[in-house]
Amino acid sequence: MTSDDKRRAYWRRTRWLTLVLLGVWGLVTFAPAWWAQGLNRYSLFGWPIAYYMGAQGTLLVYLAIVGIYVWTMERLDRRYGVEEEAYVEETLEPEVPGDDDE
Amino acid sequence: MSNGLTFSHRLTRLYAWIGGGFILFILLMAVGERLGLGIQTIGYLFMFVPIVAYAGIGFLSRTADVVEYYVAGRRVPAVFNGMATGADWMSAASFIGMAGTLYLKGYDGLAFVMGWTGGYVLVALLLAPYLRKFGQFTIPDFMGARYGDTTRVLAAIGAILASFTYVTAQIYGVGIITSRFLDVSFETGVFVGLGGILVCSFLGGMRAVTWTQVAQYIILIIAYLMPVVFLSYKVTSIPVPQLVYGTVLEKVTERENAIMADPAQATARADYAQRAQAIERRIEHLPPGTDKAELAKLRQEKADAEEHAKPLAPHAEPFPGPDPGHARLNFLALTFCLMVGTAALPHVLIRYYTTPSVREARNSVFWSIFFISLLYFTAPAYAVFAKYEVYTNLIGTPIADLPSWVASWSKVGLVKVEDINHDGVLQLAELTLNPDVIVLATPEIAGLPYVVAGLVAAGGLAAALSTADGLLLTIANALSHDIYFQMLHPAASTTRRLTMSKVLLLVVAVFAAWVASTKPATILSMVAWAFSIAGACFFPALVLGIFWKRATRQGAIAGMLIGLGITLLYLIGIRFYGMATWFGISDVSAGIFGIPAGFATIILVSLFTPAPDRDTQNLVESVRYPSLKL
Repeated sequence: MTSDDKRRAYWRRTRWLTLVLLGVWGLVTFAPAWWAQGLNRYSLFGWPIAYYMGAQGTLLVYLAIVGIYVWTMERLDRRYGVEEEAYVEETLEPEVPGDDDE
Repeated sequence: MSNGLTFSHRLTRLYAWIGGGFILFILLMAVGERLGLGIQTIGYLFMFVPIVAYAGIGFLSRTADVVEYYVAGRRVPAVFNGMATGADWMSAASFIGMAGTLYLKGYDGLAFVMGWTGGYVLVALLLAPYLRKFGQFTIPDFMGARYGDTTRVLAAIGAILASFTYVTAQIYGVGIITSRFLDVSFETGVFVGLGGILVCSFLGGMRAVTWTQVAQYIILIIAYLMPVVFLSYKVTSIPVPQLVYGTVLEKVTERENAIMADPAQATARADYAQRAQAIERRIEHLPPGTDKAELAKLRQEKADAEEHAKPLAPHAEPFPGPDPGHARLNFLALTFCLMVGTAALPHVLIRYYTTPSVREARNSVFWSIFFISLLYFTAPAYAVFAKYEVYTNLIGTPIADLPSWVASWSKVGLVKVEDINHDGVLQLAELTLNPDVIVLATPEIAGLPYVVAGLVAAGGLAAALSTADGLLLTIANALSHDIYFQMLHPAASTTRRLTMSKVLLLVVAVFAAWVASTKPATILSMVAWAFSIAGACFFPALVLGIFWKRATRQGAIAGMLIGLGITLLYLIGIRFYGMATWFGISDVSAGIFGIPAGFATIILVSLFTPAPDRDTQNLVESVRYPSLKL
């Protein structure tokens, strides 16, 4: 593969990943709310399902979406050779940290 | 110890000290209270000690370097940027108002929980990594580079428009908290708060704001979790409210059924319905030419009485009320607008310019949503526990035996009790709670010492100060960087640019504080508009600018104007000119029309105008890859 091909392939995969994850985002946000009245007839550890989704379930899925995105993108970066040089934090001589606490 | 510490290690150590120091401070105050330290002194200490700490960080972070001033030197590690974003994002409204809104609205309030977290999915997937790769100073910078200078000015105006009402509301919140805990007038409170805001940002710009925001996040999350953890322990013997409130919700439902079946509750509601009718008759028989204010007052009284006469809406039931179809539509529209607005508010997006790399920017969105979710995960639990306490320990109690917090919060007008059916017992219909009281009074409801109330105030203050700082910096930078430097005086020296930034920051802060001190009811009710405005103005142009090379300058200008125009037209038309709603959508969700209109306009106009030039296309190409090795 030439570097141009690699680049195109990287961007194609990025868009696919973005699209799929956006689909999951849309589904998990709007579907439980749309069918909330029906879903709420069933419950999970005391929470009616639709209420649970709005209060916790959806948030967990959001975290998972972003987590999967971060993980996959890092792999794509490396696979297609577009990753950044490792960032090296500056190292400071040990000293007393700014004394800001009470 | 090894010879030398990395920046992250040093930061971790510093903030561990601050967090530990804060907990130690709380314990000291608790012991002090036991030993007879006065309530007034505790309130003062909880206000001032954190502010002194913020001022210390702000002072140590002073800078005269442009990159430090605008983007904190671009070396904020992902985890810390996540915390700073959390504090930047969670405002006084999230900290104090959210649990109360959930208490009053039940399921329908969850639009805020989902909207204010789900927006970060859009930030992660569509914006943050690309903006970081672009790597300038402001959001208008990106718009300017991608679409030209007209768009830069439009974006700067949009940024100011969306941020100003919002910052006014934060300063108002600061005024409320400081005046209540320092026992000074509201106006004095506003200006004390202004001092608290300026110590964080004036000397060090983004660098100082970033490092104080991390400390503010630590303080606000401790302050938010502690009371509800105690409450959870008291009710269920398990101190993890987020896990156990499902069972408490079941008990709340039982209580709701019992309350609805109670004949005394029915008589109280009937009495309110009667009162509403009586007021209606009075309004009909008013002599012509009666004062307008008098009429408005009667209408308000009638609406209040009608509110009390309504049947109780079960907490977990979605869309109660006579028109569930429209309620559902509004719920979805509001969730959508809050999400897109979150992903378009400039003060949030600029935080992702401060990380060292694209990779860290992506990571830091993950940490942002994680730290923000900690609070939003807890807010619904807060509401359910508070409801459980109120429904079991308050409703059905003789009015003479009500706990003392009811009286103390009645004095400031946040709680109202009226024995309308004269049976000497409190029915649910007879109780009025202001949403803010849920978080403010929970320490007392749970029977916790005064220290916890002070802690809550310190947390609310941290939330309001950190958000106000992020917003102020955004406004001042739009003026100083985008308008002054980029448009008017591109030759200005670094020193002059920074001086200009600081002067403008001061001017904007004082102006916003002055506006807040006049208690402008209209501005405060307009805060929710910021989301629709930012969403319609920025989101389509930003996203298409990254994902569609063909998007043109003319398309972007037309799209921003039309998106913003439709949104403002709808907001203002509905609010002030009695315009009929479209599909029953309320004014806060105006973005549901403006955002798609923005996308459609950009696409249409772009297709009819010549494609962007080579340089612009190369810019778009370059932001898509973390690093291009050719």
